[in-house]
This record gives sequence, structure tokens and C-alpha cells, in this order.
Amino acid sequence: MFALRPAEPADLPAIAALDARLTGAAKAAYWQGMLEQYAGGPPSRHFLVAETPRGQVAGFIVGEVRAWEFGQPPAGWVFAIQVDPKLRLKGAGSALFNALCSKFREQGVRRVRTLVDRKDNLILSFFRAQGMTAGPSLQLDKDLQ
Amino acid sequence: MKLQTATRLGLYAVLELARDPEKTLSVADLAERFDVSGHHLAKVLRTLAAAGLVRGGRGASGGYRFTGNRRRTTLMDIVALFEPAPGQRAKEPGGDTDIGGSLQRVLTEIDEIAEATLRSISLETMLRTTMGR
Repeated sequence: MFALRPAEPADLPAIAALDARLTGAAKAAYWQGMLEQYAGGPPSRHFLVAETPRGQVAGFIVGEVRAWEFGQPPAGWVFAIQVDPKLRLKGAGSALFNALCSKFREQGVRRVRTLVDRKDNLILSFFRAQGMTAGPSLQLDKDLQ
Repeated sequence: MKLQTATRLGLYAVLELARDPEKTLSVADLAERFDVSGHHLAKVLRTLAAAGLVRGGRGASGGYRFTGNRRRTTLMDIVALFEPAPGQRAKEPGGDTDIGGSLQRVLTEIDEIAEATLRSISLETMLRTTMGR
């Protein structure tokens, strides 16, 4: 139902609009930067989109192989994944995740990881359903006065 | 995290019944499978039935079957039937002191992580993991 392909600069309006709709914060400049760095960038970086047969962007995923961040050996990091709410539960998110994992495997990494808001049950459930479990790190925060 | 016996029995029973929603299992079947008290399990099943997760048949041969939604029901939905919510726990002696307050904040942090984990795992996801092993 969905075709997957690498993102292109022309996808910026659709990606920025989808993210703004889902997060309530418009950040076109951020997405422009992400497209510049991740779409057609180094082979360790990936920005994939899922599109409908009519060519509509149904969702996207961004990830990268990073080594020795926080002392951890090379792993594939998922930085962002979004799927149009009207097109959810049709496999777009899983297809994007699996495609990104395949890219990571091709690069020789055997772990995939991400960071999620623990109150965002939807995305947490999605990653759980993909077989992800708590990793070796704990994220810590502090308010700076 | 330590779960009360009723919570653990509730999770066992729901997951076993949700494995095959067409299948009916008696209290004795379930108690034998998990080597637990049938009396205690019967009480737990009545709580699960009141929540609409299982339905019990009448008579000696009547058993229970799963009537919930495997994709929509999370482990936390079952835990919440038997355990007090983190914010509703009874006050502990010493809780009003500065040390008691600091300790409470650490315990709340742990509870919040545990709750987020339990809320993120649907019965469907849990059973897929269980049956994949």
C-alpha cells in the first residue's frame, strides 16, 4: 500500500506540515536542516518517506548510525518517526522502521535505539510493538535556573 | 517493582485467556497451569469479569474466556485493577519529613517509569513476545 523511498528536498512542505500538525509546533527551518543533512547525506544517515499510490507523504523516519555516543558502541539511532493519523494502522510506521533497520544492518550494526517521551504512550507502544525494550542507558534531566 | 499476588494472577489469567479468545478455561485449569490457589484466582477472575476483560460461564463446567481487545488492552489496564495508583498510596510514617519527601520523590520517579512501561505493552505485543520464545 505504501512505497518507501529516500526523502528529497521537495518533500519539505509535506514533512514540515505533517510534523506541525502532530506536534503543534511549526519548525520548517529545522526540517529543512534535517533534509539537507540526512537526505542524500553521508551513507550513515537516512531519511525515508512512505508515500501513498497517489504520491501523498504518509509518513517519514530519520535515523543515523552513531558510534561511541555516551560511551556506547555503534548503533542505529531513530531520531524521528511520524505517520499521518488518517493513514495509521495500515503498516506505514512498521514499514519505515523495518526499512531503516535494514539500512542499519547493511552498515554492520546490530542494535537500534531511540529516545521517547515516557508520557507519549502512542509512540512508546509503537516501538514496543516493534520489539524494542528498555536499553542500557537512563536519560537524566535537570532544570537550569 | 513488586506486584501484589492478585495483580500477578490477573496478568497470568488475562494473558492465558487472550492467547486464544475462542477457548474457555475453568478456574481449576488456570490454577493448575500457574500452580496458584484456585480460591484466590476465582476472586481475581470476578474482578476481571467486572472490568469486561473476561466472561464467565454458569454451572460446574462453565469456564472463562477473554472478551477484551488484545490490541487496546495494556498490562497497566490490568495492574490498575489491583494496585493503587501512584498518587493514591497511603501516607507512610515519616513521609512529611524532608528525608521522607526526598525518598518519596525517588519512589515516584521509579513508579512513573514502571507505569509508562506497563502502559506501553499491549496484550498483543506481550503475547507475540511470549509465543516467539
